[in-house]
Amino acid sequence: MSSATNVETIALPGAEANALPRKNVLWAYGIVGLFALISLGTFAYNEYYTYLSVYLWFGFIYGVCLQYGRFCFSSAFRDLFAVGVPRMAVGIMIATVLFALVGAFVTATGLSTFHPAPTSFHAVVAGFIFGVGMVFAGGCASGSLYKAGEGNGVAVIVILSISVTQAIFADVGGWTNRLVPQAWHESALSKGLPEVINVGDGWVDQYLAGYVWNQPVTTYAQIMGWSNESVAGAFLGNLMIGVVIPATALLAIVYVFWSRRGFKNKRVKAGGQTDFTFKDELAGYWTMIMASKRTAIAGLVLGIAAGLHMFVIQGLRVKFGVKNAGTLLERMGFDFGISVNGTVFDPGYWYVTTQEAQWVGWVFQKLGSEKMDNIYFGFVNGIPNPAINPADWMSLALIGGAAVMALLHNEFKFKKPTLELATWALIGGALMGIGSRLGLGCNVGAFFVRVSQGDPSGWLFGLGMIGGAYIGVKFFNWWTERKMAKEFAACDF
Amino acid sequence: MKFEKKADHAYLLDVKGYVCPHPQIYTKKALEKLQPGDILEVVFDNPSSGESISTMCDITGNEIVGRAQEGAQCNWNIQKA
Repeated sequence: MSSATNVETIALPGAEANALPRKNVLWAYGIVGLFALISLGTFAYNEYYTYLSVYLWFGFIYGVCLQYGRFCFSSAFRDLFAVGVPRMAVGIMIATVLFALVGAFVTATGLSTFHPAPTSFHAVVAGFIFGVGMVFAGGCASGSLYKAGEGNGVAVIVILSISVTQAIFADVGGWTNRLVPQAWHESALSKGLPEVINVGDGWVDQYLAGYVWNQPVTTYAQIMGWSNESVAGAFLGNLMIGVVIPATALLAIVYVFWSRRGFKNKRVKAGGQTDFTFKDELAGYWTMIMASKRTAIAGLVLGIAAGLHMFVIQGLRVKFGVKNAGTLLERMGFDFGISVNGTVFDPGYWYVTTQEAQWVGWVFQKLGSEKMDNIYFGFVNGIPNPAINPADWMSLALIGGAAVMALLHNEFKFKKPTLELATWALIGGALMGIGSRLGLGCNVGAFFVRVSQGDPSGWLFGLGMIGGAYIGVKFFNWWTERKMAKEFAACDF
Repeated sequence: MKFEKKADHAYLLDVKGYVCPHPQIYTKKALEKLQPGDILEVVFDNPSSGESISTMCDITGNEIVGRAQEGAQCNWNIQKA
């Protein structure tokens, strides 16, 4: 073995070596103070703003958790394939199970805001495109938000790319109409949508109304013959069958292929153990789960917060006597950008991509480009002013929450993107934008939320994401190999 | 990205400015090239990559023998197992 004694090793405890500048603390207080001021000021103006503030503070909690746990759905599968690290896959499964547990309680009380999505192969395709994109971009949709809060310029480009791509893709017509199968076109026309939507024009409109809406909508509870709100349906169907069993199995696969060998090697090295019983395997499985406490804690808090978010929003809907925030906005005198159904995007839970599309849609509309003649904006989500869009409050607060954590851990740094990373960010963001619209959501809305609430389409999207991440990693392996080869050559190995 | 030999059995990998997954992939590839006992100094400023590199070393048996941080920049010394 070669010696390394001539190497200066710096072993400095992080806290001592990295003293927290006072300005970081002041900035952190400033961000929290601003959000508090917004909540209190708007509440004093009109109590309906409480609804938006709930989104804001849950967004803040999500941002804090994501940054604390370095919680990025992209890295869950990407790091498994790229560097054999199961940390994030474990964290996501913990968050999913916890969200599912709280969600089961909320559903059983009849206060869930969740609606399952159509289930078919389209979710796998959408997840695949999204999966490739998130590896290219260096982060998923929610990961890019929290990284923007760390001052990461690449993440800002990713957010812009996702936002613009979605707003354009959702409304694209012209030559893309020729790519629509006749059956989709006829089926879309037969839905009797309002004339203003012009459903016969636009690829995504005809994909949605002519194909996706024809697919079955179900949950594991309903497949088993139970209602979602029954105790059996919520806890046995959606929680146990839909989440706990598949998540445990998925983690067992991760353990066998990525973690087991390292665990055994450590045992052998430590005490010469050669025989491994089932009990030892369970110990290895548990060690894998607890390997990154930071990620596990973040997953735990995220899961609980995501469940409570649904509960609180539904409580406010009951209190204010509304089913959607569009009604509240209209009561407050805002009528621009409300859909023909009187609705705006108001998922009632954590979501990322639609509000990103909305603010760009709002900008386009203000610049004179008609964006309300499609299903996505005009019929369902609207394009309200971002300043009063509940989901936009959530995303901005998520960035703010992440910034507070990054500042308090002295990890905030403005990072200017290089041309190489900006290119990957644009491509990756665009693929994620397209994947999101095809899958009716991103890694949060189409995977995390749906899986947690017993919607089979969530696992299908996840399956696609795994495939996409694998292909993305294959590409990056080739790309980095090329670059490293030049550096190695200069070192004369 | 910069990879260079600092001294006998000591190498530097500078991936400042890179976001996931680049720092962890470059670190993995660099470690694969080194000999047991060699030290790789990794310089990065992407916090989430630190978590992945740390777990990667734990699994593979490579030891992080030094960690220094100044602001968001981390300098880690990893000894190849």
